[in-house]
Amino acid sequence: MTVLAYRDAVRRALDEEMARDENVIFFGEDVARAGGVFKVTPGLFEKYGEDRVRDTPISETAIIGSAIGAAITGLRPVIEIMFADFAAVAYDQIVNQAAKMRYMSGGQISVPLTIRMAHGAGMSFGAQHSQSCEGWFMSVPGLKVAVPGTPADALGLLKTAIRDPNPVVFLEHKALYADRADVPDGEHLVPFGKAALCRSGQHVTIVAIQRMVQMALKAADLLAQEGIECEVIDLRTLSPLDVETVQLSLRKTARLITVEESPLAGGWGGLVISRIMDEAIWLLDAPVVRVTMGEGIIPFSPPLERALIPDEQRIIAAVRQLGIKR
Amino acid sequence: MPPVPLPESARKHMLRTMMLIRVVENQVQTLFSENVIQGTTHLANGQEAVAVAMAAHVNPRRGDTVTCTYRGHSHALALGMQLRPFFAEMMGRTGGCSKGKGGSMHLTDLSIGLIGTFAVVGAGLPISVGAALTAQIKRNGSVHLAIFGDGSVNIGAWHESLNLAAVWKLPVIFLCENNLYGEYTPYLRTSPVAHVADRAAAYGLPAIIVDGQDAEALHAALRQASEHAQNGSGPTLIEAKTYRYSGHSRTDPAAYRPAGELEQWLARDPIQILADRMIADRQIDAQEIARLQAEVEAEVNSAIQWALAQPFPNTETLYEDIWAS
Ligand SMILES: Cc1ncc(C[n+]2csc(CCOP(=O)(O)OP(=O)(O)O)c2C)c(N)n1
Ligand SMILES: [Mg+2]
Repeated sequence: MTVLAYRDAVRRALDEEMARDENVIFFGEDVARAGGVFKVTPGLFEKYGEDRVRDTPISETAIIGSAIGAAITGLRPVIEIMFADFAAVAYDQIVNQAAKMRYMSGGQISVPLTIRMAHGAGMSFGAQHSQSCEGWFMSVPGLKVAVPGTPADALGLLKTAIRDPNPVVFLEHKALYADRADVPDGEHLVPFGKAALCRSGQHVTIVAIQRMVQMALKAADLLAQEGIECEVIDLRTLSPLDVETVQLSLRKTARLITVEESPLAGGWGGLVISRIMDEAIWLLDAPVVRVTMGEGIIPFSPPLERALIPDEQRIIAAVRQLGIKR
Repeated sequence: MPPVPLPESARKHMLRTMMLIRVVENQVQTLFSENVIQGTTHLANGQEAVAVAMAAHVNPRRGDTVTCTYRGHSHALALGMQLRPFFAEMMGRTGGCSKGKGGSMHLTDLSIGLIGTFAVVGAGLPISVGAALTAQIKRNGSVHLAIFGDGSVNIGAWHESLNLAAVWKLPVIFLCENNLYGEYTPYLRTSPVAHVADRAAAYGLPAIIVDGQDAEALHAALRQASEHAQNGSGPTLIEAKTYRYSGHSRTDPAAYRPAGELEQWLARDPIQILADRMIADRQIDAQEIARLQAEVEAEVNSAIQWALAQPFPNTETLYEDIWAS
C-alpha cells in the first residue's frame, strides 16, 4: 500500500496506461505544459511528449469531437474537460455522437474514449463550476459513467475506463482531489458495475457516491453512538449500475436511503429506488428516503452552499425519519 | 481552380458513378412517395460531381476517412458503397449497411472509409479532425475529409474544428458543398461574407473556390488540398459552388427559390458537362451514354428488388450494437 492523494491516483492511472499502451493519448485545456488547473497531470507532457499529451484551444466541442474521431480510428484518447459544467457546450458530441455512433453504424464502430471531468460542489465556485453532472450522462444509453470516491477507486476505475472499448464519462469530484488514502501497489483495476461496501450495519442501507459517501460515513459514526448501525454503499459507477449489492444489503436492513449531491429530478437515487421497487419491493419494511439538493441552484456564499448540499446532519435526520427501534 | 483533363478511364468512372447517383436519387424519391422508404431523405441531385471527385482522393487502405452529412447518399455511393446494403438500409431492412439502425441520414461503411454520416449540423467536422489526429500520430500518410453544407459554417463546431486542425496542422480537408441554401434560407441571408472560403483567412488556412458542377475542376482542387495535407502543411478549405435540384428534404417543393434559378443550374448539369467534354474528346458517344444509362438503371432496379425481399430486422436486435466488448 502507498498513501496517495486522489489527484495523484488519477495521474498514476494515466501514467500507467500511457506507458502500457502507446495508443493512449491525453489532451485538454492547460493539461500538458501547465499540468491542469487542478494540478492532476503534471509530468505527463515531459514524459510522453507533445504528440501524445496536448494543450488544446478552449473548444470543448472540438476537444470531444476530435477525441471521438481519434478513438474510432485506432487511438484511445483520454481528454479532460476542466469543469463538467462546461460539457454542456459540447453536449451534442457526447450524447449524440460518442454514445450513438456504434449503434447507428450497426456495430461497425467502437469509441474507446474516456472523458475526464471535475464536478461537484463544496468549494464556493458558484452555480456554473460546482454542479454534480452525473444525471446529464447516466440517462444516455451508450455512455458509461464512473464516479470514483477514493484514491484507490480513482486509480482502478480510470485504468478500467481507458481499457473499455466504449465511451466513458469519468467524473472526478473536485473537493476530493487533496484527499489522501491507501492505494494498492502494483496493477490495480476496479471493475465497472461493482459497488463497494464501505461500512456494515443492520439497521439501514445508505447508498451514496463520492463526497456523499464521506457524509454518510460521518453520519454512521454518529448514529453508531446511539446504537443505530448503518450500512454504507458506494456505487462507484452509475452506468453500469450495481443494484444487486443494494438488494443484498436490503435483505439485512430492509431500509433504504439514497444521498445525492445533485437535484432531486433526474438523479440516480430515483433510478436505484425504482429498480428496487421493480425487482425487490418485498425487501423493504419502510418508505425509502432520498436526500438531495432539492430544486436548488448552487449559490456562491459558503454558508448558503453548505445549507444546500446534503451533509451528515441531513442524513441523520433522514435516518430518524425511518423510526428505527434498536 | 480550372479543370485539369483526366485520363479517359478516370473520366468514364466519374461519369458512370454520377449517372448511378442520379438514378439512385430519383428512385429514392419514388420509393419515398410510395412509402417504401420512410422517415426522411435529403437528395443530392445536381451535386454529384462533388462526390465523385472527392471519392477519387480517398484510399481506405491507407486509412483515409470521410465524414459527411444527412445529404450523403452521393458520397456513400461514390466511395463505393454497394447498392444492395444501401437500399436495404434506406428501407430499414436486414442486409442494410448498418442493419437498419442508421437509415438514410446515417450511412456508415468502414470498409470504404465512410466513418459517419451526421444529422446534427457541423457534428462531423471535429470527428474528421480527430481522424486526422490519428494520422498525424501514427504517421500513416492518410488524408481525412469532412464534407458539409453552406448552412453548417455558422455553428461553433465548424469554427472550433477549423481552428484546432489549423493549430495542429492536421491532414484534413474541409469540403463545403455550397448549394446556396441551408434548408429554406439562402446562404447570403445568414452570412455576412460572400464566400464560405473567405472565412479560411480567420484560421490562416488556404482556401479554394471551385465550380462544383465540374468534376475535373473539383478533382484538381482536391488533389491540391490532398498534397498539402500529405506533405504536412495542414488543412485546406474547399468551397464547391453547387446546387441541389430538389428541395431540402422529402416533400419540400422549394418554393423559396427565385424563378429561373433552377433552370440556370440545370443548364450546367455536372453529368452533362463531363459527358460533353468526353464527346468533344471523342471518348464517348450518345450511344455509349445510353448504354451506360441502361446498365446503371438495371443495376439499381435489381438492388431495389433484392432489398425489398429482405426481411425487417428481428426485434431481438433492438438492444444489440450499443456496447462494444
Ligand atoms: C444543430 C442542428 N441545427 C439544425 C438542424 C436542422 N437542419 C437540418 S439540415 C439544415 C440545413 C443545413 O444546410 P446546409 O449545411 O447548407 O446543408 P444542405 O442541406 O444544404 O446540404 C438544418 C437547419 C440540424 N440538423 N442540426
Ligand atoms: Mg446548403
